[in-house]
Amino acid sequence: MAARCGVAALDRAAGPVIERLLASLCHFCRQIRSRSWMDDLTLAEIVIKNLRKEFGDFTAVQSSSFTIADGEFFMLLGPSGCGKTTTLRMIAGLELPTSGEIYIGGEEVGQKPASQRDIAFVFQMFALYPHMNVRRNITYPLVSQGMPRAQIKQKLDEVARILGIEAILDRPVGGLSGGDRQRVALGRAIVRDPKAFMMDEPLGALDAEFRERMAEELRALHDRMGATTVYVTHDQLEAMQMGDKIVVMNHGVVEQFGTPQEIYDKPATMFVADFIGSPSMNFLRFGGAVTEGASTVTLDGSDFTVPIQHEAATGELVLGVRPEHVVLSDAASYRGEVRAAEYLGTTQIITLATPNGEVKARTGAAELVRPGETVGLEFLPSTLTLFDEKSGRALASDLNAGAFRHG
Amino acid sequence: MSAHSVNEPSSRQKWIAGALVIAYALITMIPLVWIVATGFKSPADAISYPPKVLFEPTLEGYVNLFTTRTRQTDEYLAANPPQTWYEEIVRQYDMVIVGPSRYGERFLNSIIIGFGSTFLSIFLGVLAAYAFSRFRIPLKDDLLFFILSTRMMPPIAVAIPIFLMYRQLGLSDTHLGMILLYTAVNISLAVWLLKGFIDEIPREYEEAALIDGYTRFQAFYKVVLPQATTGIVATAIFCLIFSWNEYAFAVLLTSGTAQTAPPFIPTIIGVGGQDWPAVAAGATLFLLPVMIFTVALRKHLLRGITFGAVRK
Repeated sequence: MAARCGVAALDRAAGPVIERLLASLCHFCRQIRSRSWMDDLTLAEIVIKNLRKEFGDFTAVQSSSFTIADGEFFMLLGPSGCGKTTTLRMIAGLELPTSGEIYIGGEEVGQKPASQRDIAFVFQMFALYPHMNVRRNITYPLVSQGMPRAQIKQKLDEVARILGIEAILDRPVGGLSGGDRQRVALGRAIVRDPKAFMMDEPLGALDAEFRERMAEELRALHDRMGATTVYVTHDQLEAMQMGDKIVVMNHGVVEQFGTPQEIYDKPATMFVADFIGSPSMNFLRFGGAVTEGASTVTLDGSDFTVPIQHEAATGELVLGVRPEHVVLSDAASYRGEVRAAEYLGTTQIITLATPNGEVKARTGAAELVRPGETVGLEFLPSTLTLFDEKSGRALASDLNAGAFRHG
Repeated sequence: MSAHSVNEPSSRQKWIAGALVIAYALITMIPLVWIVATGFKSPADAISYPPKVLFEPTLEGYVNLFTTRTRQTDEYLAANPPQTWYEEIVRQYDMVIVGPSRYGERFLNSIIIGFGSTFLSIFLGVLAAYAFSRFRIPLKDDLLFFILSTRMMPPIAVAIPIFLMYRQLGLSDTHLGMILLYTAVNISLAVWLLKGFIDEIPREYEEAALIDGYTRFQAFYKVVLPQATTGIVATAIFCLIFSWNEYAFAVLLTSGTAQTAPPFIPTIIGVGGQDWPAVAAGATLFLLPVMIFTVALRKHLLRGITFGAVRK
């Protein structure tokens, strides 16, 4: 009893002290983390606020906002011409925004030249200086800082070791393979310990086989350094595979912003649902009405359970279902005719004609179907998303409530 | 290698092609050989008909080119025996050297004006071409067309107005005036050619340099210029050839201090008619600088071509 009182008293007295101790421990940990691989690596959060870019009459980026957390591997994803590269170039300082703000590590840099932003950029075509050898390419940023030669040499050796390019330092960049060029470009980027890395489709110029390996290397490098990375790609698989967070852009607009899982499971718009996933989400179009709190929709006379709806809608609606959430079931009242089956080894993609349009189902490869045969279809209720066809927007429901972080 | 040769030419075809090349080279070389040879002939050999292919070479032409001479009395000649080999040559005609000719001066003028205007054209041209290639400039196409249009009028059509303007401005017969004039003519060519070459250089190179902490000018100077060497060299050769050979403006606007070699060479007159060996000697020497310039920079031209083969 006395002991317990004592502990309580001690607890009360020590509370603030422990708190302070914990706080400084956290601070210390963060410092250790930031010093884990190079002495003066500074990490940075990047905040984009209402960023807009116009080229004459053409609006490349329309009022985008999102936040890239410190140390995140962040993907800017979208089809070509969607404004993702322009956004990246604005963060890097290669384009100046028409309006809006960019914060890197708390500092507003929107109108500052690239050289003052302390970031590194990896270009799709690598952009190695062709008139210099590998060594000079990598050390060029340090030379511009006026770093002493001995220190430059030390940095160069360190970077060369990390990337495994010690053997090619004296080679001209002209004769290097795609992968080695990519490594040199990365070396030029990391040698400077920048606040953040910008990468514009850095794997786009590599052949498929090599791309896979470089993607792994890149991700491993990021995990090791923990530096904020902004990565532009049009390849949704690459984005899902490598990214901590993804921004999906289309026509200069941020369609959705979230983790790969959120984007895949809870698409905010039909564009995102269609763009992410292969084969992409099935859209079953139907006319009707959904009330707030509804948990079923009716397609062609069959009822389907959906997550409880948070908003009402009428008119042209779309039921979105991922191919892997389509289940073939003889008992189901909703029927579809098998058009084709693509065998993929462990799974197969079955294309079906339904009263509400074509549906692709991903099923086990063992399931036997023949083209022309009619089968029953069920959809996994908790995974379904309803869209308003006109606006393309997902209707809020139990599934996706709170997941949407529009720009 | 064999994968490349779709149709390996037969030895007969090769032989014919070789013969054609040699024949073509001979035909184009004849005027050049003629000029160079005439420079080493005596005046009598130079005008003999049929022309002499084999002759006794003499440096008479070159001596006459660089000196002014006068006839002297026999007493004088007897009292002053020739001291040097070139005086001896002159003595054959009972003449003595009284001083240098103006050829050296005119040649130097050509060098100053030719290389000066080439340098200025390239300097301004490269800056303008870079701006046109990289920046969003209002009315860019119209400006480029305007620059090209300055080249459309034959220069001689504006010769009289320029003559009057230059007299007013005090630029007549000055090195500066001629440099400015040739630059004005060359700049349109320089801007257009260089813009094409700079367009070929991916922007990413400079952007990488900008990101790496260099200023726009440093990026231009350290990354774009080395890449554009081929284009700059080729353009410089074109500019030099024009301003080196230019005759019409030079005749009209220069007569003394700033006269270049082209209007001077035809005025080389010997005693008792045109001194063809001296004219030929002047022409031969006049050919050399452009040749040396081109040959000296050939390395850059070739290197530039191999650069282009590297994947961008």
